[in-house]
Amino acid sequence: MGETALKTNGINFAKASSAALQDQQLRGNFRRAMDGLMSKRAVQFADTAEWNGVRTLGASVRLRALSKLPELLEKLEANCTKNGIQVHWASTTDEANAIVLSIMQRVNAKLVVKGKSMVSEEMHLNAFLEKHGIESLESDLGEYIVQLDEAMPSHIIMPAIHMNTKQIAHLFKQKIKEAEYTEDVAQLTDLARRVLRKKFATADVGISGVNMAVAETGTLCLVENEGNGRMSTTVPPVHIAVMGLEKVVEKLEDVPPVISLLTRSATAQPITTYVNMISSPRKEGEKDGPNEIHLVILDNGRSAIYADEELRNTLRCIRCGACMNHCPVYTKVGGHAYQAPYPGPIGSILMPQVEGLETRGELPHACTMCNACVEICPVKIPIVEIMGRLRSEAVHPGDAVKGAGSHASKAEAMVWKGWSMTYASPLAYQFATALLAKLGNAAPASLPLLKEWTNVRSKPRFANRTLHALAREKGIPDV
Amino acid sequence: MSESRNAILGKLRAGRDAHPLTPPESDFAVLRNKRWEGAERLERIKRMMEAVHTEFLETTEADWPADIQAFLKAQGTRNLLFGPATEAGARLSAEWAAAGMEGGPELVPYADRVETFKERLFDGIDAGITTTLGAIADTGSLIVWPTPEEPRLMSLVPHMHLALLRADALYDTFWQAMTENRWADGMPTNALLISGPSKTADIEQTLAYGVHGPKRLVVVVIR
Repeated sequence: MGETALKTNGINFAKASSAALQDQQLRGNFRRAMDGLMSKRAVQFADTAEWNGVRTLGASVRLRALSKLPELLEKLEANCTKNGIQVHWASTTDEANAIVLSIMQRVNAKLVVKGKSMVSEEMHLNAFLEKHGIESLESDLGEYIVQLDEAMPSHIIMPAIHMNTKQIAHLFKQKIKEAEYTEDVAQLTDLARRVLRKKFATADVGISGVNMAVAETGTLCLVENEGNGRMSTTVPPVHIAVMGLEKVVEKLEDVPPVISLLTRSATAQPITTYVNMISSPRKEGEKDGPNEIHLVILDNGRSAIYADEELRNTLRCIRCGACMNHCPVYTKVGGHAYQAPYPGPIGSILMPQVEGLETRGELPHACTMCNACVEICPVKIPIVEIMGRLRSEAVHPGDAVKGAGSHASKAEAMVWKGWSMTYASPLAYQFATALLAKLGNAAPASLPLLKEWTNVRSKPRFANRTLHALAREKGIPDV
Repeated sequence: MSESRNAILGKLRAGRDAHPLTPPESDFAVLRNKRWEGAERLERIKRMMEAVHTEFLETTEADWPADIQAFLKAQGTRNLLFGPATEAGARLSAEWAAAGMEGGPELVPYADRVETFKERLFDGIDAGITTTLGAIADTGSLIVWPTPEEPRLMSLVPHMHLALLRADALYDTFWQAMTENRWADGMPTNALLISGPSKTADIEQTLAYGVHGPKRLVVVVIR
């Protein structure tokens, strides 16, 4: 791509991934985890006919939801409102944060417990709340570990997958007052249980994400294994759920196939320990549950994605993370190299569309186009096609994606122009190949502009005679 | 706020209308065709749930209150949170009272709003018992709908959750349970599927049980 004057806000995938590749500990941690996840997932979908059936059904559910997206969101709003859930709309993450904060301030909240939510990562909600003097505590064990470490999740399903037990044991010892050093996972888990139970019992507000919202019934569905999601949505007097606007499905019966695809693809479980379906705040006579539920529906660039027929498919995603587990790039460099809430293949197509190609234009290139993600995607997102489209958008000015054309370079455009002219003209092609046969081996092994390519590749050796010349000798005429 | 609402919906509508999308038919046959015969359902439920550390206690309509009392006594459980206003709860308290609770667990009713009960609930309760609406063979899951008589936290906060399961209330799939019983006509405040005790694999993919919710799930199968 050469040098550009882009504002990248310190985001540099090439640099971060090079550093990650040198980290043997990190690579070992990811390799082990990803190998395990891939083989366990394969067992879950061993019945090919069943996999094809449920996958086709799941994709149809997501496509049907997208085909009626505005109507379904209105229906969701109407049914939630009827059930007593207050619905808020946010065009930007700033607006979503402001909505959350205003609810907090109204109830004078000091402590928030959070279930896992990728949208809240997208909003950088913890940092925002802390700036306003509200303690925001992650309660999913993985998210809790990452928060203690003042880091970002490295995987959308398993946030602390980049760390091994030893590293977590040291972290707990260092950050938790009552911690004794132990590498026993059961004891570490129990320690987190004791610390967090106190917080659940005293939190003023619980925040969660939403795996699916059902328009037909006004129901929020959450899947989880730990129980922290149920705690966060049941114990505190106020529950705030944040969701991306694409998370709606039309009917309640659409939930089972999507959950089945989600849990099997994500962690190779036939189902998670808990499927939590919330349709209303505490009703008259009920003894527990929040008195208020708020649903914040976030756009943050999604409506622009939706406007494009091809890019729209990005919004099918059910956030299972299987694409990262199977990605030859992600499994080597890990999640942090992407410097984004959503890493891996889905992140590489989503982040450029949400934040713009100026800062995220590198990500569609973090892909070998091997198609592994497409083959395992439970809702059949054409990830690789979108990747190609975004590469093209990055160098061609246009209005489909924010920052389109920002990576355009005159030098690169000229090279491609020359290349296509050469390949379109037999005469030019023969001249060029003959020239390379004569002079190619004498040419320098690298040039400043080619350094990124040549640094990691050996220069090819050119044959003395071109294929055309050899063929002519054998009596095969040029066409 | 409603400004954003209208802006978002307007953009979505314009985007969709410019490029309408015709989705393929949703064919639920793959779920409809998942069937298990008679005894297979419960066997499968047991196998799947035991694989994630669920325990099973087999009993009968006549004996379940006494069997649970004996089980908990043997476990050294100090107390059991229950819903006194349910039919099962009424029977439990009547039979335990008649048998005497000497040396066994104390019955604690979930009778107050959580605001006045929270401290005891979080710090002083060993086990909680709830009914279920049945179980699902496909995934090995209990269906639990909390009610005013059996509040939501009963199956979550106590370290052990006992769930009463009638051996004839079994479904093949989640989809079958919700469509046959027409859940879409009226969802409760909270509906749950519970498929084991609380667990996590967030530390180096090593499974650990009892991270935030119950450490033990005991399914009491009533035949």
